[in-house]
Amino acid sequence: MATALAQQSPVTSAMPAVECRGIGVRFVTDRQTVNALDDISFTLKQGAFLSLLGPSGCGKSTLLRVIADLVHPTAGAISVLGGTAEAARRARALGFVFQDAALLPWRTAIENVSLPLEVGGGRKRADGPSPQELLALVGLKGRENSFPHELSGGMRQRVAIARALVSGPRILLMDEPFGALDEITRDRLNVELLRIWKETLTTVVFVTHSIYEATYLSQQVLVMGAHPGRVREIVPIDLPADRPLAIRESDAFVRIAAHLRGVLGAE
Amino acid sequence: MATAVPAMVDPAQGEAEERYHRAKQRAIRRRRLMPLVGAGTLLAVWAALVYGLEVPPYIAPSPLRVVETLYMRFGMLMTNLAPTAIEAISGFLLGNVVAIIIATVFVHQKTLEEAFFPMIVLINTIPVLAKAPILVLLLGNGIEPKIAIAALICFFPTLVNMVRGLESVNPQAMELMRVLSASKREVFFKLRLQNSLPYLFSALKIAASTAVIGAIVGEWIGTTVGIGALLIHAMYNFDSALLYATAIVGACFSVAFYFVITLIERLVVRWHAPPVT
Ligand SMILES: Nc1ncnc2c1ncn2[C@@H]1O[C@H](COP(=O)(O)OP(=O)(O)O)[C@@H](O)[C@H]1O
Ligand SMILES: [Mg+2]
Repeated sequence: MATALAQQSPVTSAMPAVECRGIGVRFVTDRQTVNALDDISFTLKQGAFLSLLGPSGCGKSTLLRVIADLVHPTAGAISVLGGTAEAARRARALGFVFQDAALLPWRTAIENVSLPLEVGGGRKRADGPSPQELLALVGLKGRENSFPHELSGGMRQRVAIARALVSGPRILLMDEPFGALDEITRDRLNVELLRIWKETLTTVVFVTHSIYEATYLSQQVLVMGAHPGRVREIVPIDLPADRPLAIRESDAFVRIAAHLRGVLGAE
Repeated sequence: MATAVPAMVDPAQGEAEERYHRAKQRAIRRRRLMPLVGAGTLLAVWAALVYGLEVPPYIAPSPLRVVETLYMRFGMLMTNLAPTAIEAISGFLLGNVVAIIIATVFVHQKTLEEAFFPMIVLINTIPVLAKAPILVLLLGNGIEPKIAIAALICFFPTLVNMVRGLESVNPQAMELMRVLSASKREVFFKLRLQNSLPYLFSALKIAASTAVIGAIVGEWIGTTVGIGALLIHAMYNFDSALLYATAIVGACFSVAFYFVITLIERLVVRWHAPPVT
């Protein structure tokens, strides 16, 4: 199955997945003008796992939406997979997972996963995984015909992840996908997300405000500061690729988490 | 740890469960029985008043006379129900279809909504009883003005609910469609329309009873057949038993219409929809 799920061709992997140069986003409303992002620059390699970490309101969601072509930057330039963000979106290179799963309540799990194949000229790639395979990948075999209201919060997020993967995206954008879940469910989904990331070879940009989640999952953590939203530091996570949950008690993990906390707290 | 612990049922616990089930059964029986008791009491009071005060039959009938009339003149009542039913159902279909179409246009053309919605609200504030004669003058004495009144009365709640249902889409689902590069058409059919169904049905259930009212009001003016005409006829002839029997037939049709819509809703809206007011 790992081969069927791999959607990245080695030829293009030298090209960065995302490259931001001086991105700024300013929202103008009646009451105020918000500099949601200011001079954001970073380069993300293909196949990497990057977390955006920062206090709420620092522009994490906005940055993710800039990459997804849902928000247009008011300054700077972004390239996604060597082209514009719009081109990447139209080419179905992006998958998005929202905080509240955003499943369509009138569709069963399998029908929700199939949605991307029905709209926007999406069609199943001949070599791509089927919705059934993806539900199995996220551990929901047998629940294909359940409606969202019959699933737990964790299961709904699993469906949302399967849905984001069905069009074979090369970049998976996740906006606090486990933020509303209890800690035990969140741990389990963290483990599964790492497994899925390894099996699909997708690039992941993961928004969280949990230091432990960011440390556990990522290869790199982009720590953000607020007002205006900016990059504080890009911290590489030097932990082995194989990460059992117990790694969170290791000295290396604790050290990195402490460093991240320090960067977040430095004002 | 989890070795054989013999399954033991605490006798006190079994007793508690049984008590709970007995209490629940009693509650269910009560819920079914009490409305019947209430209805029976009202009927008894009605009968007692009519007989006891010797109310003459041209003012109010006894329940027995109403039942008798329903039975003896059943054919005539049904002959009059038919045109009313046709008008109510036609008006219901017309009013709701037009409302759904206009709601769809409004959602896609905000300018049109801004231009015409205030007008529609204004027209809606005119009472039905005032609209009826206007429509009779416009459309004549046939079945058309009755259908038009029934349609008008259904139109407004459905339009308002439909616009709300089409627009109150989960914003994240909307962003999802955007990420998927979905067309306006796909957003409408895959997202907005489905989202509007619970809102639509809550309007249709209201419309099912108001359409009947519209048809009956239409029949008060210039016609000789239909439930509305029969009510007026019975009133002028001091035939109170016929008046009551006719009202009951009209009410039964309304309730049946409502239940048909509820049944269709159960078939169409299979998911767990949030409550719509
Ligand atoms: N569409 C918008 N209009 C106006 N202000 C916005 C909009 N989206 C986000 N903001 C503002 O931009 C800032 C960053 O928001 P966001 O990216 O959601 O932060 P985070 O995801 O880190 O919590 C906040 O101050 C928020 O109020
Ligand atoms: Mg956010």
